Amino acid sequence: MAEARPGVLTRLAAAARSQVGSFGFAHGVHPPEHKELTAHLPIRRMPYPDEVVLPLRQHAGRPAKLVVAKGAYVERGDVLATADGFVSSPVHASASGRITDIDWWPHPDGSMAQAIRIAVAPYSAQVARPRMVPDWHGLTHDQVISAVQEAGVVGLGGAAFPTHVKLAPPRDLTIDTIIINGAECEPYLTTDHRIMVEYPDRVHFGIRIMMHALGVSRTIVGVERNKPDAIAALERTKPYDLDIAILPLTVKYPQGAEKMLIKSVLDREVPSGKLPASIGVIVQNVGSAATLGEVFETGLPLIERIVTVSGRGVRRPANLIVPVGTKTRDLLEACGGLTDDAAEVIFGGPMMGSAVADLDVPIIKGTTGVVVLVGDEIRDQVSLPCIHCGRCLEACPVFLDPSHLGSLARVGRYEEMAEAHLADCMLCGSCTFVCPSNIPLAQLFSLSKTALRKRQAVSV
Amino acid sequence: MTPTPGRTPIAAPAMAAAHPGDAPIVITASPHLKGRDTTAHIMWTVVATLVPIAAASIYFFGPSALLVILASMLGAFLVEHFLGKGGTLRDGSAAITGLLLGLTLPAGVPMWMAALGGAFAIGFGKLIFGGLGFNAFNPALLGRAFLQAAFPTALTTWPKLGGSWWALRGDTFALPFMHPQEAVAITAATPLGLMKFEGKPTPLGDLILGTTGGSLGETAALLILLCGAYLAVKRYLDWRIPVSVFGTVAVFASLLHLTNAQRYPSAAFMLFSGGLVLGAVYMATDPVTAPVTKLGRWVFGIGIGVLVVVIRIWGGLPEGVMYAILLMNALVPFINRTTRPRVFGVAPAVKVKS
Repeated sequence: MAEARPGVLTRLAAAARSQVGSFGFAHGVHPPEHKELTAHLPIRRMPYPDEVVLPLRQHAGRPAKLVVAKGAYVERGDVLATADGFVSSPVHASASGRITDIDWWPHPDGSMAQAIRIAVAPYSAQVARPRMVPDWHGLTHDQVISAVQEAGVVGLGGAAFPTHVKLAPPRDLTIDTIIINGAECEPYLTTDHRIMVEYPDRVHFGIRIMMHALGVSRTIVGVERNKPDAIAALERTKPYDLDIAILPLTVKYPQGAEKMLIKSVLDREVPSGKLPASIGVIVQNVGSAATLGEVFETGLPLIERIVTVSGRGVRRPANLIVPVGTKTRDLLEACGGLTDDAAEVIFGGPMMGSAVADLDVPIIKGTTGVVVLVGDEIRDQVSLPCIHCGRCLEACPVFLDPSHLGSLARVGRYEEMAEAHLADCMLCGSCTFVCPSNIPLAQLFSLSKTALRKRQAVSV
Repeated sequence: MTPTPGRTPIAAPAMAAAHPGDAPIVITASPHLKGRDTTAHIMWTVVATLVPIAAASIYFFGPSALLVILASMLGAFLVEHFLGKGGTLRDGSAAITGLLLGLTLPAGVPMWMAALGGAFAIGFGKLIFGGLGFNAFNPALLGRAFLQAAFPTALTTWPKLGGSWWALRGDTFALPFMHPQEAVAITAATPLGLMKFEGKPTPLGDLILGTTGGSLGETAALLILLCGAYLAVKRYLDWRIPVSVFGTVAVFASLLHLTNAQRYPSAAFMLFSGGLVLGAVYMATDPVTAPVTKLGRWVFGIGIGVLVVVIRIWGGLPEGVMYAILLMNALVPFINRTTRPRVFGVAPAVKVKS
């Protein structure tokens, strides 16, 4: 007997539930996505540039300790600098060549940082030395942790927090769920999207390693609903012996923010000022999972990453495998260069990424994309007074009152801002995005946080 | 001084070499994207939706209506232009104030009074507080309250409908600082006045379509609701405020009507008479003088609704919308402070002081 077709009402209810219901968070905004520029483009490898520049500080935590000297010849994958303590990560050569200099170099965050310059050997096949592939079955928890650290794996979602640290939560906390972040809510970026579509096996293998290391039996992959091909690919390749669920999420910014993702997926709130581990959750980026899978598949450390180069200011937008340390200039040239009306070069997405002042800035491990905006996309710098329309309150994913905080920031009342929970602001920029008076709220909060830190440092 | 994040042009040759065009490369702080709505666009859209309402008032009251509205806007524009901080006419808020004030006046008011009201509304209602966004009270209503205190007779002289469309409804061209000549005004009581002082209700159909006496823009309830609905759909005003005002008035008035149908008018009469619809849709929703939180907006609307009924029924005046809104305006900072939502990840028990 044929199965009865569900009634119209049932289907409508199901559709409504899937759109609004359980897998979202409150508030947030809908910036134009612009993912159509690169979402369909397969990942390709970019040609090796003539030079790579590898900063010693590419991750959250202490910068790596230099172990090579100027003039040395290094092979692709060789260690250049080792981790300085537990919350640190080593740096490996992303190309074979000679170290020409070790000096200060512009860093994506706007400062200068110690960096190793390697002149890439022109006719090298760029083959890494043969190496042992760690067999995860036989490794204990501590051995997995050190293997991950030695491979220099850090979070590839942008913050570049060392992955092995997240895999070793404090012993008194019980972790029950791993959440893999495949939301990719930033406009323009399609890095994670393409990884899920093209390397779903690696993502699952990485998840397997994480579950093994943490001893956790449940993993949920959250993917925004606008990437049905990614969801399908992950579903298709799901290992039958692991409890992995692929969860479609509402398309909304900042769905990919750790706290919002946990709320969407598990309906748990990370307490103010605490880490996700305190409520039994570890969140890892889908790119980090794929990299972990690659490390335990090939033995190669993290020396290249997938980067979306997009925006109307780039002639040929692309998803590229880029050696870490590639200069922005070389990367943009590989994409046909800038257009005549290119106006701003951004590392990361246009909502939270930072503009770079110098095209010599290298791609680092945490660079999710390079987005070039054109003139008319850039925010006007003129703002009107706040008209108290309340849109920022409705946008703020952590339920702050940005209009109140903004008026306090203007007059430097930072202590009062701290009382009004400035610390819970994650600078997602939703308030600035919706403000009809074009008030740079998130920018003011960023300044206020810095000012507050300085004042507190003085008073202690 | 707080530094304001600004735009820094890059002079570095490092950037110039890679950039083929002449466009300057800029560095700004994130977020780099911006939503489409601007304050000026919102304000001018509100002005645009007021145009049909003004047109209806001209249809009902003739050229006098046009002259009164224009005078009120002119007064507002002049003060904004000469005392404002440069270029602020373009944000459209003076246009809204002038237009709204004009719509709250009777057709027979002399032009000079309307202009004075517009000037007062902008000068003392807005600029004295620091301009757009800083005023505590709705400027148009403050202007109207000032006029009512200064010229009580002129402000409560309601011209009759009908007669030649071209006829002026009062001493519109009275010289400045001259009182209008009494004889010119052919007065009619408003539905609220009829109800309060003579106990006579007005047919509901007249109230909804606007074929009654009253201020210029307050008569055509249906049209105002349509324009307001458009703004609510565009999210240029928060539907919570008018809905809570109407709901409260309806419930409160119905309860009273049930106790004594002779003494207390029906809910429908309360809703569609006087300035309630115009006030709830266009004045109470002024974002500057309304609360910012969703809960606060419900509280604000309910407060207005209660005050309107109380003033209309037990107060000395037939109409209470203006004072109800102004009184609730004064409570907005308190409402904002007490209705802030719970911050994500903060335990509900923690009270936030600020």
